[in-house]
Amino acid sequence: MYAFDFVRPTTLADAVAAMAHDEAQALAGGQTLIPSLKARLASPATLVSLTGISEMVGVCRADDGAVCIGGATTHAQVARDAAAHYPALAKLALGIGDPAVRNRGTIGGSVANNDPAACYPSAVLGSGAVIVTNTRRIDADDYFQGMFTTALESGEIITEVRFPVPMQAAYIKFEQPASRFALTGVYVARYADGVRVAVTGAAEQGVFRWFEAEDALSANFNASAIAGMAPDADGMITDLHGTAAYRAHLVGVLTRRAVQAA
Amino acid sequence: MKVTMTVNGATCSGEVEGRTLLVSFLRDTLNLTGTHVGCDTSQCGACVVHVNGQAVKACTMFAAEAQGATVATIEGMADADGTLSPLQQAFQDHHGLQCGFCTPGMVMSAAALLAENPKPTEHEVRHYLEGNICRCTGYHNIVKAVLAASGQDIPAVAAE
Amino acid sequence: MPKDHGIGASIKRREDVRFLTGTGNYTDDINIRGQAHVYFLRSDVAHGRLNKVDTTAASAMPGVIRIFTGTDFAGVGGLPCGWQVTDRFGVAMKEPGHPVLAQGKVRHVGDPIAAIVADTLEQARDAAEAIELDIEELPAVVDMKAAIKDGSALVHDEIGSNLCYDWGFVEDNKAAVDEAIKGAAHVTTLELVNNRLIANPMEPRVAVGDYHRATDESTLYTTSQNPHVIRLLMGAFVLGIPEHKLRVVSPDVGGGFGTKIFHYAEEAFCTFAARKLNRPVKWTSSRSEAFMSDAHGRDHVTKIELALDADHNFVAVRTETYANMGAYLSTFAPSVPTWLHGTLMAGNYKTPHIYVNVKAVFTNTVPVDAYRGAGRPEATYQLERVIDKAARELGVDPIALRRQNFVREFPYQTPVAVVYDTGDYDATMDKLIEMADLAGFPARRAASEAKGLLRGLGVNCYIEACGIAPSNLVGQLGARAGLYESATVRVNATGGIVVMTGSHSHGQGHETAFPQVIAEMLGVDESMVEIVHGDTARGPMGMGTYGSRSLAVGGSAMVRATEKVLNKAKKIAAHLMEASDSDIEIKDGRFHVAGTDKSVAWGDITLAAYVPHNYPLEDLEPGLEETAFYDPSNFTYPAGAYACEVELDPDTGRVTIERFAAADDFGNIINPMIVSGQVHGGIAQGIGQALLEGAVYDDNGQLLTGSYMDYAMPRATDLPFYSVDHSCVTPCTHNPLGVKGCGEAGAIGSPPSVINAVLDAMNSGGIKIDHIDMPVSPARVWAAIQTAKA
Repeated sequence: MYAFDFVRPTTLADAVAAMAHDEAQALAGGQTLIPSLKARLASPATLVSLTGISEMVGVCRADDGAVCIGGATTHAQVARDAAAHYPALAKLALGIGDPAVRNRGTIGGSVANNDPAACYPSAVLGSGAVIVTNTRRIDADDYFQGMFTTALESGEIITEVRFPVPMQAAYIKFEQPASRFALTGVYVARYADGVRVAVTGAAEQGVFRWFEAEDALSANFNASAIAGMAPDADGMITDLHGTAAYRAHLVGVLTRRAVQAA
Repeated sequence: MKVTMTVNGATCSGEVEGRTLLVSFLRDTLNLTGTHVGCDTSQCGACVVHVNGQAVKACTMFAAEAQGATVATIEGMADADGTLSPLQQAFQDHHGLQCGFCTPGMVMSAAALLAENPKPTEHEVRHYLEGNICRCTGYHNIVKAVLAASGQDIPAVAAE
Repeated sequence: MPKDHGIGASIKRREDVRFLTGTGNYTDDINIRGQAHVYFLRSDVAHGRLNKVDTTAASAMPGVIRIFTGTDFAGVGGLPCGWQVTDRFGVAMKEPGHPVLAQGKVRHVGDPIAAIVADTLEQARDAAEAIELDIEELPAVVDMKAAIKDGSALVHDEIGSNLCYDWGFVEDNKAAVDEAIKGAAHVTTLELVNNRLIANPMEPRVAVGDYHRATDESTLYTTSQNPHVIRLLMGAFVLGIPEHKLRVVSPDVGGGFGTKIFHYAEEAFCTFAARKLNRPVKWTSSRSEAFMSDAHGRDHVTKIELALDADHNFVAVRTETYANMGAYLSTFAPSVPTWLHGTLMAGNYKTPHIYVNVKAVFTNTVPVDAYRGAGRPEATYQLERVIDKAARELGVDPIALRRQNFVREFPYQTPVAVVYDTGDYDATMDKLIEMADLAGFPARRAASEAKGLLRGLGVNCYIEACGIAPSNLVGQLGARAGLYESATVRVNATGGIVVMTGSHSHGQGHETAFPQVIAEMLGVDESMVEIVHGDTARGPMGMGTYGSRSLAVGGSAMVRATEKVLNKAKKIAAHLMEASDSDIEIKDGRFHVAGTDKSVAWGDITLAAYVPHNYPLEDLEPGLEETAFYDPSNFTYPAGAYACEVELDPDTGRVTIERFAAADDFGNIINPMIVSGQVHGGIAQGIGQALLEGAVYDDNGQLLTGSYMDYAMPRATDLPFYSVDHSCVTPCTHNPLGVKGCGEAGAIGSPPSVINAVLDAMNSGGIKIDHIDMPVSPARVWAAIQTAKA
């Protein structure tokens, strides 16, 4: 690792101030960032740890019924505390990484990083969640802008993610055998105004909505409504662990399974 | 910067850099070399310790983030007189280790599991240990040891 | 009642206490006052001409002590190869040099170019980034078959070809084999790949070099399976340090699986640099570095033909294999695809005519050498796969086809040089059928199918040659070392026993199992016996741990030394009791004069040996310490039968292991608990090879599986409980314990049964397919299904 200054503010205001330093980088749970620092793939001058800010931690229910999750809330805490409010989201959190990773990794870190194989982006996009930062609110549909790319400005901190709670939802992850990230993962959520289907792991653009399936499922929320369907393989990832065609096929299979599980 | 934390019940302080990992602080500053480093991508789990009662990978956390925390490592698992804890004893009784390198992390993860879930199923044990890689045992005897430590009947789940 | 002590008892491991309490002493736990750290700048291109390595700016960086490059090793030996294979034309293999640091060219991603020694590791890494490199990239040699075609780029220009050797075995069999295949009623042909693996012991390699100028003594602490071998290779061939000035210590070692046998550049460097700098130098490999610097395993591309007569008797086997050597010859690399592979091609079957051809090829990849099983898994896999394919083609039961061709008379001279001393392949197959509940398979298949899943059953046999091996034989075959083992049994005055052995324990439990043998022989408690290993300063020359040889060879040396102790102890006892030593017998831990009530305790004898007031000084030397070197007269031949049941999801291609059973004949067993553990671990590695693991290079020689993010290690969720058994025993006929070795069996025996099961599952679902290469990833299964459907 390159050397850096390490600050661990205890308030959001202090964190925002610290992020104003040149080449400051926010450190959430660090489960992705620390390995890349070890590989010297990043060289921040200042690392601003967000793990000591209690106002950014916790799960609560807003007046409009949305489940609000503080940006620095760990996966383990979401798995535990969101279970009563939004079981599919809690279950997704329980399937990220392994227990030790879940005890450190946070929702804000995952959503800010927008790894194309991460689980959370599919729940955020699939739920039409709102990403709340220190400066604004961003709709999920505007937030994800391609792999490792988001609408976040430099220095902007995710303070909360607000999830409208669907009538039914499920996430099915098909694990990449080595990393246990999603080789492909599908999040299906049924709301009064329609069904959302978000896919992670599969596409070069990162998480995306499969609109064709959404339309079919909105008309008939049953796996049979999308029997034999799969998205176009164009734009899907081909790598060591699967071709674009395989991933496209998996999207269809997993979506059907998610509908059955929802 | 200076960090202070409680490690295995003792207050410990030391000078660290921002980039000093918790595992380096434990191994190099405190000479608690029982916590191991087996990878650099946060996958193998040889470095698992407990911070404030929760299992974490000490190679994927900065020492500075453990400021003021309570840390437990493999060195603190046995009784003061050296008597193995029931979980450690189960690992020995069921041959749950061979080369011993993954063992500290495996024991710390298993201890965290049993604290959360005192009577896990085989399936739950295997899933909880997903972040701990062992190359020697094929996991068979590790899973047996954890089930045994939880007081379950071992011959009923696996013969050899 | 199972025994609770001595040979055959499942005694709990004494070494566990330190490992379970964090008080083990692994090499990375060793820090020497004043030590410096070394970071290796490694090539990030697979093949290139090294035009410039400018360390000027880097040398001036903070904390840098010295930067070494290939030119610093100009007068120093390269890393030696310990085995010279002679090709089918009688010509010695091509043996290019292997410099400690790259000279002139880089030949694989990870090839060390410069070694930066600094006060801290981060300072060394900072300086590494300031080294100016000019590497003229050359075409990477990756594909083995393309590598030996005319016009290929050359990994080593000076040898004029990428072919290391073209080996034929047994060359004199070739004509008869060709003839038999031509005239056979049926010939089954199979082309397959034995995937490249990375051993991945959980402890990465570490080396700490230390030097005492006052005595001119060097010490190397290293993560090795055989510290004496490292001392010999490094001292004699690389650095020119005689054994009495060089100590190699391998303390607790966190797994080896073969990849810690070899002598590596980093060991030589740390020893060398400590002498140059008069300062301890430490290197700790990161896992990422391990992926590109630890020797890899397997990587064979094979075509095998099995010829059968009209009655389905095997009449001939012919194989052609391309074996990847990587960029340099690692210590024992040439022996793996030849003597550890071709000699096993008879398997458990009485095939009269066998010919094996192996072309070993240099490529711009990490060197390939022995990994758990080493050659024998490659032999077993192709043979057991082609038999299954033949059974499917002929429409016969694969178990019956195997049984029909079993060797049943021993000793059995195979057509591939080795002689099986003993075995009973029907016994292990019978046991397997019972353990695996093959009778219940149809019902289990029906249950899987009711869930929309396919279920398959795969069975295979295996045989291996362990306990490597007679020195005079391996010498004829090209080994540049002897393969004996040594033991010194030192009895102290008050009766405690210390055994110094060359067999290193890095997970095998020698510290527990070896005392069981000694205790049984001397009638003392195991707690009286301590095992010392892993330090060249504390025991006689030894050859180390690999090839499942520790008990068969190292244990035999211990037995021989203990017999000498016993003979002397009897003489002392006879003197003390004024009897004849031929009348002395041991009962209940005491030495008795047969037929009398006279006896002395073990402690009386040992005290007399060291306080020889009443002692036959005219006939016997005082003291009680004996050394033996044991050189076996043959390999040992563990064998068995394995069964795997898989479930396959045709929608996703995912395969899960539902049941796994292993029936092994390891000869006599010292500690059944430890033996089972060895089999479990081997099976997990075999299942790993079959389902998950595979090192992959792209066309540019970049390793695509360079971390655990892409190289799939088996985890607890991937594996079931295994059913293992070793109650079928045909004792080895030529070593004193009748033991055969159990360390590699699981890894050798398991891959074919997994693949046979996968293919059985697919065919049961109407997916007509006769082979699929490892690892059977979901993507690969799905693709195979699409191809079969098309």
